[in-house]
Amino acid sequence: MLHHIMSRAAAKTNVRTSRRGFLIGAAVVSGGFAVGFRAAPAFAQDPVPGPINPLAAYIHITADDRVTILSSQFDMGQGSYHGIMTLVLEELGARPDQTDVIGACGNIPAYGNAAAGGFAQFSGGSTSMASSWDRYRLAGAAAREMLVAAAAEAWSVPAAEITVANGALTHPTAGTASFGALAEAAAGMAIPEASALKTEADWTIIGKDEVRRADSASKTDGTHPFTIDVALPGMLTATMIHPPRFGATVRGFDAAAALAIPGVRDVVATPRGVAVVAENMWASLQGRDAVTIDWDETTAETRGTAEIMALYRDLAAKSPAATALVEGDSAAAMSTAVRTVEATYEFPYLAHAAMEPLNAVARMNADGTLEIWAGHQMPDLYQFIASEVAGITPDKVILHVMKTGGGFGRRGVGDADVIVEAVATARAVGWSAPVKVQWTRENDMKGGPYRPAYVHTMKAGLDADGSIIAWEHHIVGQSIMKGGPFEAMMQDGIDPTSVEGAQVLPYAVPNRTVGLTTTEVGVPVLWWRAVGSTHTAFAVETFLDELAAAAGQDPLDFRLAMLGASPRHAGVLRLAAEKAGWGTPPPEGRSRGIALAESFSTFVAETVEVSMSDAGPIVHRVVCAVDCGIAINPDTVRAQMEGAIGFGLGAALAEEITLEGGEVVQANYDTYTPLRIEAMPTVEVHIVPSTERPTGVGEPGVPPISPVVANAIRAATGKPVTVLPISRGMSV
Amino acid sequence: MPTLGINGQSRDIDAPDDMPLLWALRDIAGLTGAKFGCGQALCGACTVHVDGVPTRSCQTFIGDVAGSEITTIEGVTGRVAETVQSVWVAMDVPQCGYCQSGQIMSAVALLSETPKPTDDDIDGAMSGNLCRCATYHRIRGAIHEAARQLEA
Repeated sequence: MLHHIMSRAAAKTNVRTSRRGFLIGAAVVSGGFAVGFRAAPAFAQDPVPGPINPLAAYIHITADDRVTILSSQFDMGQGSYHGIMTLVLEELGARPDQTDVIGACGNIPAYGNAAAGGFAQFSGGSTSMASSWDRYRLAGAAAREMLVAAAAEAWSVPAAEITVANGALTHPTAGTASFGALAEAAAGMAIPEASALKTEADWTIIGKDEVRRADSASKTDGTHPFTIDVALPGMLTATMIHPPRFGATVRGFDAAAALAIPGVRDVVATPRGVAVVAENMWASLQGRDAVTIDWDETTAETRGTAEIMALYRDLAAKSPAATALVEGDSAAAMSTAVRTVEATYEFPYLAHAAMEPLNAVARMNADGTLEIWAGHQMPDLYQFIASEVAGITPDKVILHVMKTGGGFGRRGVGDADVIVEAVATARAVGWSAPVKVQWTRENDMKGGPYRPAYVHTMKAGLDADGSIIAWEHHIVGQSIMKGGPFEAMMQDGIDPTSVEGAQVLPYAVPNRTVGLTTTEVGVPVLWWRAVGSTHTAFAVETFLDELAAAAGQDPLDFRLAMLGASPRHAGVLRLAAEKAGWGTPPPEGRSRGIALAESFSTFVAETVEVSMSDAGPIVHRVVCAVDCGIAINPDTVRAQMEGAIGFGLGAALAEEITLEGGEVVQANYDTYTPLRIEAMPTVEVHIVPSTERPTGVGEPGVPPISPVVANAIRAATGKPVTVLPISRGMSV
Repeated sequence: MPTLGINGQSRDIDAPDDMPLLWALRDIAGLTGAKFGCGQALCGACTVHVDGVPTRSCQTFIGDVAGSEITTIEGVTGRVAETVQSVWVAMDVPQCGYCQSGQIMSAVALLSETPKPTDDDIDGAMSGNLCRCATYHRIRGAIHEAARQLEA
């Protein structure tokens, strides 16, 4: 039903195509169903026709001189709140120490993702700063002008004679007033039609690091509130029992033994599994172990990853089912090549495995409103789905946008999974109490959705000079968008997230075809930090090293020769190489690698130094060069590159989700193994100075790290790594 | 009903002896700084000090720590803790922040025992604390910086 509504709505909307297509798609789809209901604001003004009042929608100033910025962008740790605070403070003139940022939603005209046309509010594709760059600077500037207008009126002086700094307005003769003293009057002033923004020469906050993240202190003393910490009067805690195989459903269950456990209040069915409702987490966990469930596995996926990957290999060797790109005539050019090179690459399912296991809190109030505390990465969609589950209208659903303990894509789901569970459980207990659904790590690891598994085949032809004259790339794997609310983004059977990073290349390669065979497997899949480029960049960048070797060329020179029309790509590649000492001998016992990837319009090159040990490769040093346009918060850019490198390195080295007989093997961090501190290399981040509009930094550090490590291993061993994770790939 | 010493106060905990300390702290004592990440002592997000020793509270039964002094992130004090926390903030170590209570409790214990830790010391003491944001580069730097400040 929901899917049908959204697909229909999306079909009516004019889909703008884009290389970063899924972002547009998400917006279009969400925007489609958003029409016809009005979102209920948690903290914001109702969406009303006409200009948006910045002192209602974006910046609340109270008489006690507190400034609260309402963020449209979700913060899962990447620092979007810090970026938005920086943009506002630069123009507003408030003090950092009087300013907080909170999540807001329920006002699509104000909070719709501006980088995707503004049709709906969401965070994804590293768009938060691109969406916010104009919006929040303009909000800060307009709010400042309204404060000035209020002061001018109160003091009967010309506005031009009033200066603003440090959260106060000052006039040479009329005196001074705090923001708080004038806030109420300011909110009623005329909304400026167009505010002049500071130019770069006048920036004192953007591009500097003096203003630090506002949440570091509370994330250091244990007081930062996550959804898991929400405690409401009378609240019950529920844990979930999910199907052991994807696609199975509950036929029936026996809760007698669970209900006999002290503290267990109820055991209820939800659309997604059985919830054990208890007075606290421990009672719920004990109850969970005591429930017996009869699963209907008629439609369950029963294949293991060995069978799935074998199928993919077969498919990859055949012609692609769909064509994502044809440029020139690859077959004809291949036939003239003096040398051809072929490779097959294999990528596992990957779990997000964010530190905070999924959770949501739902409370039905006496006035008929339903409040939901959770990581609302796509709030308009979740509000709509929650209203359907609750059997109420969407305007009665109030979302509290919580910052989450990681995300990496996992809080942006088309089916609002844990939110559905919380609402369904609260409804199943008759709305008798607020309910927190708290997943365990096992729920998270075994429940998906995952970064899809893929197999790629590649073939390229070189001419006598060692130049690439033909390129054929075939990608086999599941679609993230197909069958979900984002399906409308697919065009001609191509899910753009399956081919991004492979379809468009920065390299001048003639005669290129990119094919896609989308598979039907019952394992749920989702975007995972950097999405398609997590596998396409590996395939492209390791294959380029194969070709460079075949051509007898240095990997850096080989790439640069093809980047004449891609100066920003060439720029980061040169910078990373220079800072790494490329071309000089590496330290004793180490080999180097280099790789490049553009994702979400941010350009990142990375080099590594790797040594080989009996236990596998050791990555000692990473040098990263990033061009993200204007670096709003340089230290956040560095932090995101460091973190993305560690995140991606863990996956490259040893992460994989496998299934046997349809059951996920990995259950916890002992068998699914993110990077730990002893494997973290030193990381140097170099930011390319730029006057281009800012692009994102949350994801783009990930794609280069797996190929660059593989390239360094190849340099050391002479053998390519073609199967990830490397722990598996080096043992086969 | 065990009586626990938590952050310098004696607390009667109305819960069975086999309740993990983590859930007693969070759901009964109302101390939510220690986090649930794995329930199997694999990630370290729940790390507290039991008689000064960093301990995974998710795998520690409250019946086994009656009479012990339990210190959580809310109650950790002293020069080492204050230095670690101030360096953590100054360097903006946290990203999502979910694991950081546990990271800090492990780091405080390390620096209390080993004032000038080597990289290997840090690996040994901090390996049990996962950070999915991979803030390890800054954690390592912050521990070295805290050691430097504590020596001064």
